[in-house]
Amino acid sequence: MTPSREISVTVNGERVTVRVEPRKSLVDFLREDIGLTGSHVGCEQGVCGACTVRLNGAIVRGCLTLAVQADGAEVWTIEGVSDSGEIAALQQAFLARNALQCGFCTPAMLLTAAALLKENPAPTRPEIREYLSGNFCRCTGYQAIVDAVESAASDMTGAGS
Amino acid sequence: MKPAPFDYAKPASLEEAFSLLDGHGEDARLLAGGQSLLPTLNMRLSAPAILVDISALEALRGISIDNGMLRIGALTTHTELKASKEVARAAPLLAEAASHIAHPAVRNRGTFGGSLAHADPAAELPACVLALDASLEIAGRGGTRKVAAADFFHGLFETDLGPGEILTAVEVPVLRKGFRSGFAEFARRSGDFAMSALAAHGRFDGERVHELRLVYAGVDIRPVRAQTAEQTVEGKAVTADLLADAMARLGDDLDPMDDPHASGVMKLHLSGVLLGRVLSAMAGAHR
Amino acid sequence: MTDKSPLSIHDLPNSYIGRSVPRPNTRRLAEGRGAFTDDLTLARMAHVAFVRSPHAHAEIKSIDVSPAEKSPGVIRIVAGEEMARHCTPWVGVLTHLKGLKSAPQYALAVGRVRWQGEPVVAVVARTRAAAEDAAALVEVSYEPLEPVVDMETALDPSTPVLHPELGDNLAFERIVDAGDVDAAFAEADFVADEVLHFGRHTGVTLEPRVLVADYNPGAGKLTVHMSTQAPHMMKNIFATHTGIDEDDVRVICKDVGGSFGIKIHTYPDDMAAVALSVMLKRPVKFVADRLESFVSDIHARDHRVKAKIAVRGGRITAIEIDDLTGIGPYSVYPRTSAVECNQVLNLVGGPYDFANYRAVGRVVLQNKNIMCQYRAVGHPVAFGVTEALVDSAARAADMDPAELRRNSLVPDDAYPYTGASGIRFEALSHQKSFEKMLQLMDYEGLRAEQARLRENGVYRGIGLAAMIEVTNPSPMFYGVGGAHISARDGVTIRLDPTGGVTCATGVTEQGQGTEAMIAQIAASAIGVPLEKVRVVTGDTETTPYGGGTWASRGAGIAGEAALQAGRALRGNILAVAAAMLQAEADTLDIRNAAVVDTDSGSERITLADLGKTVYFRGNELPDGVSPELVATRHYSPRQYPFAFTNGVQACWLEVDPDSGFVQLLDFWVVEDCGTVINPQLVDEQIRGGVVQGIGAALYEHCLYDDQGNMRNATMADYLVPMATEMPDITIEHLETPTAESVLGAKGVGEAGTAGAPAAVFNAINDAIGVLGGKITAIPATPESILKALGKV
Repeated sequence: MTPSREISVTVNGERVTVRVEPRKSLVDFLREDIGLTGSHVGCEQGVCGACTVRLNGAIVRGCLTLAVQADGAEVWTIEGVSDSGEIAALQQAFLARNALQCGFCTPAMLLTAAALLKENPAPTRPEIREYLSGNFCRCTGYQAIVDAVESAASDMTGAGS
Repeated sequence: MKPAPFDYAKPASLEEAFSLLDGHGEDARLLAGGQSLLPTLNMRLSAPAILVDISALEALRGISIDNGMLRIGALTTHTELKASKEVARAAPLLAEAASHIAHPAVRNRGTFGGSLAHADPAAELPACVLALDASLEIAGRGGTRKVAAADFFHGLFETDLGPGEILTAVEVPVLRKGFRSGFAEFARRSGDFAMSALAAHGRFDGERVHELRLVYAGVDIRPVRAQTAEQTVEGKAVTADLLADAMARLGDDLDPMDDPHASGVMKLHLSGVLLGRVLSAMAGAHR
Repeated sequence: MTDKSPLSIHDLPNSYIGRSVPRPNTRRLAEGRGAFTDDLTLARMAHVAFVRSPHAHAEIKSIDVSPAEKSPGVIRIVAGEEMARHCTPWVGVLTHLKGLKSAPQYALAVGRVRWQGEPVVAVVARTRAAAEDAAALVEVSYEPLEPVVDMETALDPSTPVLHPELGDNLAFERIVDAGDVDAAFAEADFVADEVLHFGRHTGVTLEPRVLVADYNPGAGKLTVHMSTQAPHMMKNIFATHTGIDEDDVRVICKDVGGSFGIKIHTYPDDMAAVALSVMLKRPVKFVADRLESFVSDIHARDHRVKAKIAVRGGRITAIEIDDLTGIGPYSVYPRTSAVECNQVLNLVGGPYDFANYRAVGRVVLQNKNIMCQYRAVGHPVAFGVTEALVDSAARAADMDPAELRRNSLVPDDAYPYTGASGIRFEALSHQKSFEKMLQLMDYEGLRAEQARLRENGVYRGIGLAAMIEVTNPSPMFYGVGGAHISARDGVTIRLDPTGGVTCATGVTEQGQGTEAMIAQIAASAIGVPLEKVRVVTGDTETTPYGGGTWASRGAGIAGEAALQAGRALRGNILAVAAAMLQAEADTLDIRNAAVVDTDSGSERITLADLGKTVYFRGNELPDGVSPELVATRHYSPRQYPFAFTNGVQACWLEVDPDSGFVQLLDFWVVEDCGTVINPQLVDEQIRGGVVQGIGAALYEHCLYDDQGNMRNATMADYLVPMATEMPDITIEHLETPTAESVLGAKGVGEAGTAGAPAAVFNAINDAIGVLGGKITAIPATPESILKALGKV
């Protein structure tokens, strides 16, 4: 084992200082050290997308980022953006459309969809599919998710006009 | 799937980074975005003693155009590459290829320099820098040197980078008049590594193509130029017959190996299809 | 007390049956407030990692754990012989699958390893990382043996026998011979034959298998928190093989991140983790990480089927098949690995009306990962074979493939009907479903468009697939063969003094909407708004004994139990109300959480007030009134072994003849699953199922080398369907309820997966047939399509 290091990370707006082994991934840090278990571990090689969190404003793979790399950074997880209400419209659309079944991919899917809508407030269905193509969902077959994102986008842009 | 233990250092300067590399030698690995390195560590395919995180080195950041050269800092992320106005103008091939790399969350951390230094033979960007005849800037204790892309990629995950050296930037000649590029790939799913990818760059004079570079990824242990095919089309108008001729000669340039996703024969076939499609699109772009 | 309401459950004014109401348990999942098993941390919890065999077949010569024991954080390292003293081996056979044989399987390999990935040594440490550090230091010396990889040669005399005590590698064989097959082929106008291959694939639940075993020596109790489909079954298995009294074992299953048949088997690593908790007297967590999942979660399919079809007078008259499947080194316990082959034999030709059927099925042992039941067991193989044969026969007869199907489907007025393989159908709607499909997809229009596009060098194909699905299994599925797998399921419903209703059930929730379905039925049966209902699942100590969720049984079986329990509770409530209100019970009804006069609808007492009177002011009740505000009912089908459903699926796709790439353009499903309780949930089950079927058709394949090593056992190399390439799917329904239950619901969890591969397969061949190409295997990769076209 190698000596652990102290890191300070602002997680969901709260500054936390914890000692972690350098090898610990950001998602393991969030789950095990902070108790934020809404970010999930699916493949640990960056393919399934279940661990997606927001690091300094951009979505990243929590399994392909080390906790020590997040030292001094700002991290938002599904719990934080739920409590802040930031993605409420997307969440509501997912619930209304049953765009989640087991719910294991859902937190990451929502964070990814939120990143899409920030970049592109009125995406086409193929654009939605493409943006979400790094997030594996084994349950839904994706159509309900695409519907929900499309509907949330339409609600959000409609509300703004 | 937890990595073997390692130590971690985040130097604030190139000088400090060199010291760390000197001190640890072969046991150190550079960490930039980590999108290629961390999967191999998680799977315990490699176990370095220390990761030297170069992400704080400001000298490795930034995109600029100066003296007809586009300079891209090694820490430029794929997302930044894709979004950059300078890249879109001076080297649109890179922006186009970047959109084929994995998925948004990976592109947000994966870096241009990291992709080149990792030298995965199926990666898009190594093929592109070769097609664009880019020059790679490498810093070491003894100073900075420049290496042509053609001399950089030695083999499977092997490059010209020596011990203690760091890839700092890439210089690409700004797209000149008459030059065009094209990119296409066959991947089973969007964002997957390609079974074959083609980065092409050349000058068009009316219907005729000159100085064409055809570089394939995913078909060999490193990005590979199809020089016979290039010579076949040199100075000629791009017609269906010419393309068929060039495609037929691709076997002289490429000898792909089997992998779980495609046999070598399949990869060669797809490479020919890409040649036809990419060159047709490039030739058609002026019409 | 019987239901005196003149209206049926489906017609009640406040019924939720047939309504798309949102699921009550999704908001917390969408907020990251789920309770998945890996989210659980217990005091003194240790972690186990496994040293797995790198060989498909080898003798274990020696195991040296001494360097590993010195690794920081290590608590205990255990190998096969020691583990066998704490966890007894099991044998995956059932008596009704006659002749099925398998060998004892141990939690950790003893003496010999028989697949790459088989657990050999368990390393327990303070953290998962520390356990992996030490596992890397365990030195196991192997002497490799010749592996049995190819199922085609598994029975050759020169092939090594996996388990010498079994004598050979034939695990199971079944022969069906009905009608006069030889005569039918001799008299046929047209005969077509095929040799088809169905690739081995696996479930890839996004949440891997995971458990936390917690043995409390003081209480003598074992609690296993587990991501599973069948808590009561696992309770029995843990007790049986660890020696703990079954009544002292509790299995708790909260949120499950996908299952699809993966999380219903006895896995050696799971058993070892549970035994380790007992040995160490502390909680032990095991998560099968993704690399482990690919070589330890059950695989499925991997069938080679030789098949032949006869057509006479424009109708199907006979089918003959020879099915061979390789299941790995053991028949999996307790459901066995003969079931998929058995299902294939049962289901081939299922939608069609013909009498002459001969089938041989052989299940062989080999040195690959274990195979067992995964979503739509046997169905994609059976309909892949049947529907490929029908299209082949149509080509041979120069008929439109829709016409041959139309002529051959079991007529809607033929029920009850017994299929050629002997399976019994209560009532299906093949003909109506098929005509509805042709309209829905505009079959004639697509055919015209296909012809038009071909002239421009665009190759599109239409694939049709008729199918049936096994749902609502009776005891004839497993219990009859000796498995402790409940075919019954129960629901207990309770009215609290808040007016709230709590339902507890033995079926489990994995995202399909079990809890919503139970709540909708209970709310409707009692007469309360949905928001008053809570559902408890996944705890052997607090839910009625039951089988869990598999084989599309939740809605049909637990749904009926919920309906009966709800009615019983309603009767109990009305009896109390009648006594309190001095009215006749049959003049009262429950609507919107209040007892009302049936005729006027005027409110007499709310359920909350009734509950408060019963619980807090029982003194106000008339003498002799003994209120029971809780009721339990169980249900198990008896008349038919299964409630079959039927459906038709269709696919429209384009093949790029230069690259072999397939683009899915459209996909349609017409489904008849009986009474639809929640249309949205039903449709999403179908969509998700179709996409898993598309995965099997185009992407998913466990690739093995000739030494029995899986070559693509990572998430990057094993291709699952992702969003970009998947089509939108249009669904329509017919409803032919089962008369065996009041509810009339059948299952729908597997229909999509059952039919989609056949539809895609047929569409590809329909697209490339004019170019002289024909594929014979799934997954159909670009390379296999180009090979079929002679281009590579």
